[in-house]
Amino acid sequence: MSARDAILAAVRGNKPSQAVPRPDVPFFDRLADDALVDEFRRRLEQMGGRWLDPGPAEEPLAPARARIAQAGIVCSNVARLPGTRTLAAGDAPALLHDVDLAVVRAAFGIAETGSVAFSERELVVNTIGYLAQHLLVMLDPADIVGNLHHAYARPEMHAGHYLVFQTGPSATADIEGVLIHGAQGVRSLTVMLVARTIA
Amino acid sequence: MKRIDIDHAEGRSRRIDTPGHHPEREAQPRGAIRRGKRPIDHAEAAERFLAAPDHLAFHDQRLWDLRQKRDREAFAIPEWEELRDLASSIKDYALANLDTLLEEFERNAQANGITVHWARDGAEHNRIVVEIMRRHDAPLLVKSKSMLTEECGFRDHMQEQGLAVIETDLGERIQQLDNEDPSHVVVPAVHKLRADVAAVFAKTLGTDPDNHDPAYLAEQQRESNRPLILGAGVGMTGANFLVAETGTVVVCTNEGNADLSANVPPVHIVSAGIEKIIPRAGDLGVFIRLLSRSALGSPITQYTSHFRGPRLGAEMHVILVDNGRSARLGMQQFRSALKCIRCGACMNTCPVYRRSGGLSYGATYAGPIGLIIDPTIDQRKYSALPYASTLNGSCTAVCPVKIDIHQQIHAWRGIMAEQKEPSRTKRTAMKAAALLLAHPSAYRVAVRTVGTVLPHMPRFAVYNPLNAWGRGREVPNAPRRTFHDWYKANRT
Repeated sequence: MSARDAILAAVRGNKPSQAVPRPDVPFFDRLADDALVDEFRRRLEQMGGRWLDPGPAEEPLAPARARIAQAGIVCSNVARLPGTRTLAAGDAPALLHDVDLAVVRAAFGIAETGSVAFSERELVVNTIGYLAQHLLVMLDPADIVGNLHHAYARPEMHAGHYLVFQTGPSATADIEGVLIHGAQGVRSLTVMLVARTIA
Repeated sequence: MKRIDIDHAEGRSRRIDTPGHHPEREAQPRGAIRRGKRPIDHAEAAERFLAAPDHLAFHDQRLWDLRQKRDREAFAIPEWEELRDLASSIKDYALANLDTLLEEFERNAQANGITVHWARDGAEHNRIVVEIMRRHDAPLLVKSKSMLTEECGFRDHMQEQGLAVIETDLGERIQQLDNEDPSHVVVPAVHKLRADVAAVFAKTLGTDPDNHDPAYLAEQQRESNRPLILGAGVGMTGANFLVAETGTVVVCTNEGNADLSANVPPVHIVSAGIEKIIPRAGDLGVFIRLLSRSALGSPITQYTSHFRGPRLGAEMHVILVDNGRSARLGMQQFRSALKCIRCGACMNTCPVYRRSGGLSYGATYAGPIGLIIDPTIDQRKYSALPYASTLNGSCTAVCPVKIDIHQQIHAWRGIMAEQKEPSRTKRTAMKAAALLLAHPSAYRVAVRTVGTVLPHMPRFAVYNPLNAWGRGREVPNAPRRTFHDWYKANRT
């Protein structure tokens, strides 16, 4: 008998015989729509993420451009914020090892946890979200959902092959519980709220 | 702008000061001594941990701090108890339908281009990985933390095959370089002090032996691991959840090492126990909300990653491993241990675990959850472990999936006692206690007498070889008056 059939047979023979109902999961809405941005920012900062205010109405992207100008090698997936190196799907993932700053638009944000979500569509090459030293994220305030239940109801869960919720920078506390940012992935993660129509 | 105290995830940025009894540096206590199939002597190993005051104080405080952060996050969510109920019943449903859900997962994963393998035990799992690596001519595998591969003896097997395995999680890497098992399911090197890590890194990575700064040490690991990740032929991750409905593998980490291991090499292998299945994507909201809050007291891990298929030009494999799980499903009394999501909350709250260190259990799974899982793996070898508990029930109170941990520990004691595992002196004493507890008036007289007499008894009368409980324990001060006397005076 194949391992597959043997395991399934053993499971069938040993599983409980009584029927168990499958519970439905409610959405647990607690936050009003106008409270989402404040909660998102509070949690983002609690988790070690940084907040960048957009510029004035005539030049909202100015702070992002300033960050890009200061960095060395910049990969950007945001058309109106060009970097110094272009990225194409199919590029070897390890090639991005020397990137200083990556600029990416988030698919959506989660207020409850201060997380930003990326699929392979936003990242183009997934490793851009980990190998770059720093990450600058554009997020449309209209794309912030209240909690994880709403995040899992999003279409991204059922499309594409990869979806990640990133919450602040990479972190570790494995040595005496001392918190260190930049364990393996990015050393910093900064979020700027900018509508999709702007960039 | 208002100042924000960064206090998140695994972290506390404030240092826990140890008593410093040994200014010249206290040696790190090593774990239980393993002698084949002979029962693990947890008490002996715990005594050695207790004899290292700096390590003991840090370990106790650090884990209690995680427990307190867990409370803070849990109490901040009004629906917390409802989430625990939901998690528990979703897992009940998953276990009752495990066969069809595994088939559903396999079907959906394959439809997305994932190769699904099945392994009856650790050896079969290891063979599958070796075969994939040979096919790709890959001598090096980078992996993120996985308790399942610890169960499978994966690294030892790979070494015998001449294949290199690099752990990418900092704590797990420290343990790999020090030839030790993880001592905790979430924070594998929590029993070590910074000087211990500095010594291991100086010996193995060539770092400055006098620099004990955790930031320096973590940076050294990052720099030494990076080239290995960039050059690896295969990446491996564990799985926190498998979603049947979508064929998705979910992995939660704080360091981002799982995403590097999965996204850099051309091949991604997932090792997953068959009990990791949950039915629907919508169920994930419940578990992800509970997992990191229970584990570390943070609302979520820094990275929550969902793999539903291989990336462009890459391969993805999932190995579904049984290794005793289907047999445990048939053990009605211990079945619910399969609901465990490995958050470690029971360990952080357990007074015995916090003071004995995880390696004292001499098993893959330590702490309260280990006390019920380990004997299902080897009943003789882990026969003494169910006694490494006060049965205070704190583990059950914090378990996010509502496993009745302390009741199962108690049930194991019943089984061990039937098979005469406790010592003769313990059994004789238990018989005497049973007699006393069956006669309330005699019990009350005894309690009152003990309160009066105990403080005046010489130590040898309490701590002698005939009293199996005297070892490693101090008798608390008896109250001036018994509860029964107080109740009679005030409530009747």
